[in-house]
Amino acid sequence: MSLDKATVAKVAHLARIRVPEGELDHLAGQLNGLLGWVEQLREVDTDGVEPMTSVVAQTLRRRADAVADGGYPDRVVANAPDGAEHFFAVPKVVE
Amino acid sequence: MTKPTRLTHLSMAEALEGLKAKDFTAVELTRAHIDAIADLRGLNAFITETPDLALEQAAASDARYAKGEAGPLDGLPLGIKDLFCTRGVLTTAASHILDGFVPPYESTVTSNLFRDGAVMLGKLNLDEFAMGSANITSYYGPVVSPWSPGRKIQRDAGTTAAGSELLEGLRQPRPVTEWEWDRRLVPGGSSGGSAASVAARMVMGATGTDTGGSIRQPASFVGIVGIKPTYGRCSRWGIVAFASSLDQAGPMTRTVKDAAIMLRSMAGFDPKDSTSVDLPVPDYTKALTGDIRGLRVGIPKEYRVDGMPAEIERLWQQGMDWLKAAGAVPVEISLPHTKYALPAYYIVAPAEASSNLARYDGVRFGLRVEGKDLKEMYENTRGEGFGAEVRRRILIGTYVLSAGYYDAYYLKAQKVRARIAQDFTSAWDKCDVILTPTAPSTAFAIGDKQDDPIAMYLNDVFTVPANLAGLPGISVPAGLGSDGLPLGLQLLGKPFDEETLFRVAGVIEQAAGPQPLPPVHS
Repeated sequence: MSLDKATVAKVAHLARIRVPEGELDHLAGQLNGLLGWVEQLREVDTDGVEPMTSVVAQTLRRRADAVADGGYPDRVVANAPDGAEHFFAVPKVVE
Repeated sequence: MTKPTRLTHLSMAEALEGLKAKDFTAVELTRAHIDAIADLRGLNAFITETPDLALEQAAASDARYAKGEAGPLDGLPLGIKDLFCTRGVLTTAASHILDGFVPPYESTVTSNLFRDGAVMLGKLNLDEFAMGSANITSYYGPVVSPWSPGRKIQRDAGTTAAGSELLEGLRQPRPVTEWEWDRRLVPGGSSGGSAASVAARMVMGATGTDTGGSIRQPASFVGIVGIKPTYGRCSRWGIVAFASSLDQAGPMTRTVKDAAIMLRSMAGFDPKDSTSVDLPVPDYTKALTGDIRGLRVGIPKEYRVDGMPAEIERLWQQGMDWLKAAGAVPVEISLPHTKYALPAYYIVAPAEASSNLARYDGVRFGLRVEGKDLKEMYENTRGEGFGAEVRRRILIGTYVLSAGYYDAYYLKAQKVRARIAQDFTSAWDKCDVILTPTAPSTAFAIGDKQDDPIAMYLNDVFTVPANLAGLPGISVPAGLGSDGLPLGLQLLGKPFDEETLFRVAGVIEQAAGPQPLPPVHS
């Protein structure tokens, strides 16, 4: 499987990362190198093997469905690059 | 105990005794380290220094000692990897995208350290988002290993503005201290600032995090002790996430005993981390008995990789001989899927990273680069905010998780991961602990392997399997290579059996004897 320049541009768009046009070729080369290298995993017989989804053998805990934290909007928005009155501000989305 | 001349050369255990005996105060101990940090800025080990906070914490610690209420780490000045969120102190993950981020909360691990009286000297440099094996991907520049040959030079800075001839004649020389390096070596990564600062005697110990070897490989490169505990031992809450099923915090120290002391404080159940394990944390120092008679030490044959330098082979054999002399029994074991650990890791880790790093969008915190609409603002922010290695991993991760490729890559890697974990489970029938080299080489120079991602990834060939299987691993200094640089041995253990790791590591430490100081130290 080989990634061409257009596919790299598409993946970059999916990841919401602007990649300058001039870097796409180099990046495609590097990504293809990595994807070629991981191809060796095909050699491993994994028939009937369950994919590993939990590192430690334990079931996830549940907690009471109750508010445990909050009530400090000042702290929540303190790091926002743009905002006012406890809101995060973004560029206009709806025309 | 008589007052030592250099407080920065004490181990944590020795410093605790000195503080209890009132040989020196926590403020004196902290000041000595603040001076050392200022003196060794050329290593670029810190992103943010917090001397005022440290002195305040040290004074409070002295008050507790006076009242007889000191905690298990009281008054010990530590460095914190800048991946741990610290309330009111800039936290960057060494990324441009977290510009100006000051967390309004404290990570559980640092909370635990402060609960036990630790003093924070500052936030340590690392690879951007902990992605790297050489600490060369930091937005704040590379960390220089204290093992680099170099010297401090005094240079006259001259006048800042062009003055008249009269002023020129009157001016005083303004000496500026700079470092001149013959060769800048990497401290390893991603916990490079932690490794460099501990080895150079700028901090008594440091926190690290280990996703694929980021505690153990740098510990090996600078000649210190570093342990990645079992997944679930230390809470991940408040640690900037890289790959959530692999990330685990641990201590980096100069002695095995110090690592045992520090891990006890860092570890523990935390309801805020859903993967934190509710098990009692033992007093790990009690495991340091030196008695390993009859212990079965597994030697995995698959770790004899092609092209492994003879000196690594020799060091490994030396380790086996030491343990045998202490009464342990070496057993050859097989971990057949070892060679697939690294490629599986380089699917799983980027996949999780691409998901975790989706939160950096320029809206709630950190850098924002404006665009004509919301989408363009996201793309501009993330395009400018992430460095090359992080970008590469997000793109790989996005690709392997995208429609049509998920089964071929991600699901396949998770199945191989299950195979690797099963290898270890089978091995525990034959042995109690596993001995391997930590890294396939000593430290290399800054700039080497920079353009070849796979060559860089191979640094973690011996450390990655433990992350995939969630097992504890420790690196212990075992001597110097033929180039005069440190090399470590790694021990891998059963889940939640950090005690055996400490016990065996203590024997290696004893057998290896006192380790040389790096050329650059306080």
